[in-house]
Amino acid sequence: LAPWVPVVGLEIHAQISSNSKLFSGSQVQFAAPPNSLVSFFDASLPGTLPVLNRRCVEAAVMTGLALNCSINKKSLFDRKHYFYADLPAGYQITQQRVPIAVNGSLSYSLCIDNKMSQMVTKTVRIKQIQLEQDSGKSLHDDRRSQTLVDLNRAGVGLMEVVMEPDLCCGEEAAAAVRELQLILQTLGSSQAVMAEGQLRVDANVSVHHPGEPYGVRTEVKNINSIRFLAKAVDYEIQRQIEELENGGTILNETRAFDSKLGCTVPMRDKEGKQDYRFMPEPNLPPLILYDAKSLPANMNHQQVVNIDWIHERLPDLPSVKRAKLVEQYGILPEHSFALLNEDGLTEFFENVVKQTQMKPKKVIGWILNVLLSYLKQHSLTVKESPVSSFMMADLLNLLEKKEISSTAAKQVLAELWKGEGKTPLEIVKEKKLELIQDQKELERICQAVIDGQENEVIMMVLG
Amino acid sequence: GLCQPVWRFQVSSALKEGHVTPTELCQRCLALIKSTRFLNAYITVAEETALKQAEESEKRYKRGQPLGVLDGIPIAVKDNFNTAGIETTCASNMLKGYISPYNATVVQKLLDQGAVLLGKTNLDEFAMGSGSTDGVFGPVRNPWSYSRQYKEKSVPKSHSEDEESNWVITGGSSGGSAAAVSSFTCFAALGSDTGGSTRNPAAHCGVVGLKPTYGLISRHGLIPLVNSMDVPGILTRCVDDAAVVLGSLAGHDPKDSTTIQDNFKPFELPSLPDVSKLSIGIPKEYHAPGLSSEILALWSKAADLFKNAGAKVIEVSLPHTRYSIVCYHVLCTAEVASNMARFDGLEYGHRSDMNKSTESMYAATRREGFNDVVRGRILSGNYFLLKQNYENYFIKAQKVRRLIANDFLKVFGSGVDILLTPTTLSDAVPYREFIKEDNRTRSAQDDILTQAANMAGLPAINVPTALSERGLPVGLQFIGRSFQEKQLLTVAKWFEKQVKFPMIQLEEVKRHNHDVFQHQKSASFS
Repeated sequence: LAPWVPVVGLEIHAQISSNSKLFSGSQVQFAAPPNSLVSFFDASLPGTLPVLNRRCVEAAVMTGLALNCSINKKSLFDRKHYFYADLPAGYQITQQRVPIAVNGSLSYSLCIDNKMSQMVTKTVRIKQIQLEQDSGKSLHDDRRSQTLVDLNRAGVGLMEVVMEPDLCCGEEAAAAVRELQLILQTLGSSQAVMAEGQLRVDANVSVHHPGEPYGVRTEVKNINSIRFLAKAVDYEIQRQIEELENGGTILNETRAFDSKLGCTVPMRDKEGKQDYRFMPEPNLPPLILYDAKSLPANMNHQQVVNIDWIHERLPDLPSVKRAKLVEQYGILPEHSFALLNEDGLTEFFENVVKQTQMKPKKVIGWILNVLLSYLKQHSLTVKESPVSSFMMADLLNLLEKKEISSTAAKQVLAELWKGEGKTPLEIVKEKKLELIQDQKELERICQAVIDGQENEVIMMVLG
Repeated sequence: GLCQPVWRFQVSSALKEGHVTPTELCQRCLALIKSTRFLNAYITVAEETALKQAEESEKRYKRGQPLGVLDGIPIAVKDNFNTAGIETTCASNMLKGYISPYNATVVQKLLDQGAVLLGKTNLDEFAMGSGSTDGVFGPVRNPWSYSRQYKEKSVPKSHSEDEESNWVITGGSSGGSAAAVSSFTCFAALGSDTGGSTRNPAAHCGVVGLKPTYGLISRHGLIPLVNSMDVPGILTRCVDDAAVVLGSLAGHDPKDSTTIQDNFKPFELPSLPDVSKLSIGIPKEYHAPGLSSEILALWSKAADLFKNAGAKVIEVSLPHTRYSIVCYHVLCTAEVASNMARFDGLEYGHRSDMNKSTESMYAATRREGFNDVVRGRILSGNYFLLKQNYENYFIKAQKVRRLIANDFLKVFGSGVDILLTPTTLSDAVPYREFIKEDNRTRSAQDDILTQAANMAGLPAINVPTALSERGLPVGLQFIGRSFQEKQLLTVAKWFEKQVKFPMIQLEEVKRHNHDVFQHQKSASFS
């Protein structure tokens, strides 16, 4: 059978982390009472006009720079028209003609063969980043045949990150999105928590034979975790291959991922073949951004966004942070990935290292293999850990000074985990876990054991 | 005869000196509104709130602390501006009963100056039209239909048939505002101007109609027709008053991103304007087909007036003028289709009882809420915005728009200061004549002389010039350079002084015997 080449392209919507919405002053807040964060503009009251939120522009510029994009010094806003209950104006303001950033790239890493020990770096091209409005939320109450509409989310700023179809499978998609999530969180431009809808991923999937043109693609929506993203993409690739090998065809349709069944299903065609009748947004002049060179001398700097100023203040991106960790502490690259992958873990690790004589190369094992697995077992975040970095350092110091064995240390940790407030030293004394250094004392203990087990000793000596 | 008898300054000084109180003034205007109800100029009369505002103004005057020249002055606002607590309908079933929670910026500014808001004036539905005849509250009647000047000149077929069938339109779409000012029920009114909607009715009703430069006055709260062309318009009985109102409205509004950032300085017009150093351009394309010989003659006379005063008067050309109507049709309908998308019955306004599905509810709501004119423009607009048509229609129209704007730039760049043109092709036609053609045809005909200024975003003003053979007002238009309102209004004021347009002789007004008109009783009329 001829091989299949899967092609995966992602469109990611990241909610901008800002106090107010993209074009109005109402607040941005998750899980507020329905329709409590809706300004006149958000409700599309006639006569209201959009006013661009500076913070949202800065967030998009930061993100564009972090993704190696060219920032367009002039970008435009457009209206995208369709009727839906969660879109009060009957159109969304977006950037279709000239978005704020284009032509970037995102590097991410994958483990080969599921071993953490071999990582390979890959790149996916970023086609563009555009600013646009989020829609409200609608809930269909079929029992009472009604639709409930909550406009709290209507008008919240989004950055849509469009990737070129460079990915080939669920694992790559998951890794790329994970890296993007970390970047956004590091920048602070989006909190990017998928469970709260701050990061939404749509996957475009198709398959074809090498050398032949791309196949018909489907769009998979409603994916709300990175794990499900990998599953949905892989399932869809498989489904398309099977369909085609059985002589069927792929429809250019929108599908939803059903997490319970682990498969994609056709979505009720809510839009059909839509013509969005794009039109320039007449109430917003072109968005002009400046850099150090183009900034006019007499311009009020509060009125402008300076790309260079933002660039200078970008924090270390995850890839840089990882490299620094590897260099500073002599840990392996895969360790650095694991550290950054868990919120607060890097900080924990560094705090432990500061407070212990144990070499970081050894500390890392305790953090990643012991502490982290405890946390995972109990579904706790690092912030919720009953064992503080101080206590951990304390414990590792005992180990380093050879006052306890490694096994004993694990026992102490299990006790510490109960969160009863005892120090490692107290637990060691309590459970008599001290390592005995005294030779004579050791001989005495061994002798006592032998004395107590005479028969077994005779059997052993006799062979 | 004398021109505009009731200058704001006179009323303002009368208020200041206590010759008349804001409450008296307000009450008289309200009474006159009642007795001129047949004009159908007002959709909503806000009697209670107006009297309250007048009371507050009176207190300020008593303390010797009026807020300014506009304190206590009764004004009216076209019903497509949001007014908090007062119904805003756009003369449409879609917004019947709609009470906005906020004031348009221009309304707020007037109220902050102490103006007294008498009510909301009638218009074509959603400002689509050139007659003020196509709103759900019925057509507006031109006050001049009931003037002695018109009645004297009209040949009655039979006595009873007269008034009922002979009345003429106000023009549109700000006909209610123009009629309100013309019939003395208020001292100034807000209109809107997208293709001539302030200047056209101003010409037909014999009042000053100012279209400011796009971006000078905030559109926040003005329910849009064409966002890229709409401006709030100012209707008054004399040019000085228009300057005063402009001064209180112009300037950057953070709520409207299309207003310019520059600081605006209100200005006073010179008491003795001088036009001898100016260059007046006469664009030959404005000698449009259908232009009445009367208006042509007046236009020529006006040019001579300037010549005799020492101004340089030259013929100029704006070659792309003839494309402006077609271009407007594409751009206007496209924006209408977009702007009207929000009227879906969900958040506010009319909602149909049809509830089989959301889509069917949308369809029924919009069919019930909008008249044919609005629906026609939505359908056209959506057609032009379709992917396959966008390049050929919308983009092309944008390019033509650029050419039209460049025509003006060239002419103004060559040393011409002001353009002088007719405002309308003829005087106001009788309603029964007007409705023989459909809205689209009428708009295409009537907008021809005013539309291009909206394309280019330029300021323009109608100044009432003379009465036609039928005894009806005819106005002429001045078009100026962007943001050069001071120069434009100075020329307009000079012209106003020259022509001395006669005061309307309305029975109702005489009956109400405004004290402020006292000194005019002896004036002679042309």
